[in-house]
Amino acid sequence: MFSHVLLKVSSDRLWSFSSTASVAARSYSHGKQETDEEFDARWVTYFNKPDIDAWELRKGMNTLIGYDLVPEPKILEAALRACRRLNDLASAIRILEAVKDKSGPHKEIYPYVLQELRPTLSELGIPTPEELGIDKA
Amino acid sequence: MPPFHCTRHSDKTVAFLPLVAVAQNFQTGRAATVTSAYSPWMLATRVFRLVGNRALSTSICLRGGHGVAKVEDYTLPAYFDRRESPLPDIKFVQQLSPDQKSLKEKEKGSWAALSKEEKIALYRISFKESFAEMDKGTGEWKSVVAGIFFFIGFTGLVVLWQRNYVYGDVPHTFDPEYKQKEVQRMLDMRINPVEGFSAKWDYENNAWKK
Repeated sequence: MFSHVLLKVSSDRLWSFSSTASVAARSYSHGKQETDEEFDARWVTYFNKPDIDAWELRKGMNTLIGYDLVPEPKILEAALRACRRLNDLASAIRILEAVKDKSGPHKEIYPYVLQELRPTLSELGIPTPEELGIDKA
Repeated sequence: MPPFHCTRHSDKTVAFLPLVAVAQNFQTGRAATVTSAYSPWMLATRVFRLVGNRALSTSICLRGGHGVAKVEDYTLPAYFDRRESPLPDIKFVQQLSPDQKSLKEKEKGSWAALSKEEKIALYRISFKESFAEMDKGTGEWKSVVAGIFFFIGFTGLVVLWQRNYVYGDVPHTFDPEYKQKEVQRMLDMRINPVEGFSAKWDYENNAWKK
């Protein structure tokens, strides 16, 4: 139902509807354009590093949130598992908050992401901000 | 200040440990004397000890132990709640109470075993405000609007006072009798007789047209 296109509203990704390997068909930037799958795979690999340290987790998340897109659930799952490896529950909850904030006016994104992440959240015992009541000021 | 011992470390693996301690201390963001056993002076001197293996001339020994600047508070990583940077450089609570320390130990186990209050406590150790709290408005606009109304009102009072005490009388041409004569003269002159002033006057009955 939700394809990569919906979740990624980045201006340079609006063109890549298909999943084929990218060729420099448009000349709006230099060189080969990274596909959505490559982008996702790169970030999943980043967070899946077994000995990731706290700095790398923070840097990765802050960078990812800086992009003009809501990260795919599989990237978020890798990030949550990285939090587990680092014994950092607070950051895991913060990541969920950031995803909701990142969706902006598109209110349907956050429930979808939670739905996709539900198995991981249950497995790791990560509560959602709503369950803790910190989603209200 | 502890005396600086100008010993040389030939064993690099042993020398690595102080570097890790340095890294950890910089991660917690406080190289101050309160939390850690390493004073900034000792931290820096240990770093220098590592690199001083090759050149004694650049080491602190030669400078009499005065080569290190004091670590200023503002140069250390700071905590801030920002939407665009969800994970700040340091945790919000730097000095943990014994309860918090034991909670941190419990965090290393299964998170499902933590109660809701414990999870919230862990969140509050790391972060000051949740996203909802940092995004909510301050209500400052009410103070601003109140201030605007107040000053407009005050200005009104000033204007009234001015009228009374600053401005003199209006000219005699504003008197009602004078105005009456003015209107009569305009009607006699047939000012705008077609569609304007005099057109509205009924000359037969000497009154304004109904």
